[in-house]
Amino acid sequence: MESLKTDLVLDAKGLACPMPIVKTKKAMTNLDAGQVLEVQATDKGSKADIKAWAESSGHQYLGTIEEGDVLKHYLRKSSGEENLERKHQTIISNEELQKKLENPSDTITILDVRENAEFVFNHIPNAVSIPLGELENRINELNRECEIFVVCRTGTRSDFAAQKLTEKGFTNVINVVPGMSEWTGKFETL
Amino acid sequence: MTITAMTSKEVTQKVINKEPLFILDVRNESDFQDWKIEGGNFEYLNIPYFELLDGVEEIMDRLPTDKDILVVCAKEGSSIMIADMLSEVGLNVSYLSGGMKVWSEHLEPVKVGDLRDGGEIYQFVRIGKGCLSYMVVSNGEAAIIDSTRMTDIYLDFAESIGAKITHVFDTHLHADHISGGRVIAEKTNATYWLPPKDATEVLFEYEPLEGGNDVTIGHTKINIHALYSPGHTIGSTSFVVDEMYLLSGDILFIDSIGRPDLAGLAQDWVADLRESLYKRYRELSEDLIVLPAHFMIMDELNENGSVSEKLGTLFSRNHGLNIDDENEFRKLVTENLPPQPNAYQEIRETNMGKINPDTEKQREMEIGPNRCAVR
Repeated sequence: MESLKTDLVLDAKGLACPMPIVKTKKAMTNLDAGQVLEVQATDKGSKADIKAWAESSGHQYLGTIEEGDVLKHYLRKSSGEENLERKHQTIISNEELQKKLENPSDTITILDVRENAEFVFNHIPNAVSIPLGELENRINELNRECEIFVVCRTGTRSDFAAQKLTEKGFTNVINVVPGMSEWTGKFETL
Repeated sequence: MTITAMTSKEVTQKVINKEPLFILDVRNESDFQDWKIEGGNFEYLNIPYFELLDGVEEIMDRLPTDKDILVVCAKEGSSIMIADMLSEVGLNVSYLSGGMKVWSEHLEPVKVGDLRDGGEIYQFVRIGKGCLSYMVVSNGEAAIIDSTRMTDIYLDFAESIGAKITHVFDTHLHADHISGGRVIAEKTNATYWLPPKDATEVLFEYEPLEGGNDVTIGHTKINIHALYSPGHTIGSTSFVVDEMYLLSGDILFIDSIGRPDLAGLAQDWVADLRESLYKRYRELSEDLIVLPAHFMIMDELNENGSVSEKLGTLFSRNHGLNIDDENEFRKLVTENLPPQPNAYQEIRETNMGKINPDTEKQREMEIGPNRCAVR
């Protein structure tokens, strides 16, 4: 089992309800917006509760991996990014991108700039994963000749990434709007 | 202020006596909507515990000041936390000891009546899930019918009244709960009877229960007369006990009838179900007291908490026994059926002996209401 990159791991193994959620809530306050938390728990009820708690508190529930008796829950702290204004001009809708992907092409790159744990639970087939925070250092992994479709959850991080790529001289960069939060096309998961 | 634990037994008494109670259920919303503690005079507020971590102030004006408040969660931990918080702001509240887990397993033994030669018949009401099981006692011997997996309760009860369990029956292969029949039979060396048509895939030894079988409990003449009555399953068998009681299994309930789809053959078994209810049962005495294997709503409980009614009364009042048109009947029992019980396939496989989940897993499989009826 590959281990997912997270910013903090919380050990709530052996604890009964309500402690896994109480501890998760505390741990969340110490994270920065957009960071990812892994919660390890053995209480079977924690999965439904963490998911429902995340929804009601605005955090993003990414998914759960079961390893034997241990449930590993992944959460991303709410970032308020949905309300930011986008700056990169060239955009494409989810539906248009979906249509484009029906004819596979070597000259298309899907660049997913979400965190590793978000990517793992749900991404477009053949997408390349480079989280926004690592983009600057890994920019050479991208082919400048390709058409690069940048995707994130709601179109904001991908907007930052598209601006960054344009700054670095990439000329064919398109932001996918809104992105994975409403993606209905083919996807891969664990 | 103090908090106190309320037991499932105490809550059961409030249900039976139709007492008022305010239930603050702190499980998540989908669990609450799927299944909760039902009571004729109960009121409810569902707020998940994780919405109250910062304090209970915001719900104070939604809690009554003139009623007992019971905080309920899945296993009790969260309800204790919320009860503590309510206590700190000045309320006297209780929490449900053991949570819904224990509620689901609580059995209330109720005496249904006496048998003609000095014996007795008891109904074990599984109040949280709506399952009913039975113990027929005569002259130091006991038979158990449709037992739940909480086998110690029957064993302890039999011991307390000085009876030895000699026969164990299941009216059919259950899909909504895990049968304790095999375990009880093993522990007591009793004979375990199953209808063979439901037991074709069963992986353990059993005695085939056929229509017309008579089994005697005790020295006195108490016959358990098996009546083949297919429809809920193909093997479903009813019992006439002491010519007074009709144990109807999952074929006929007080306010509903059995559903034919849980073993996957609804269309095939509609005719069997109709034949059992409209022909075979019609040939029986209307004075028989019907004792079903389930109830669906608390209105079906009698004043003493038991569930029973005269067959003649059901012929006039139960909607499912009063549908003249066969097509209409077919529609009722095959269309718009309620959701199937939680994990019903796994439960069937457990009852066949094909899988052997541990106790924790068995609890999880049985979560929720029984959903064996159509109304």
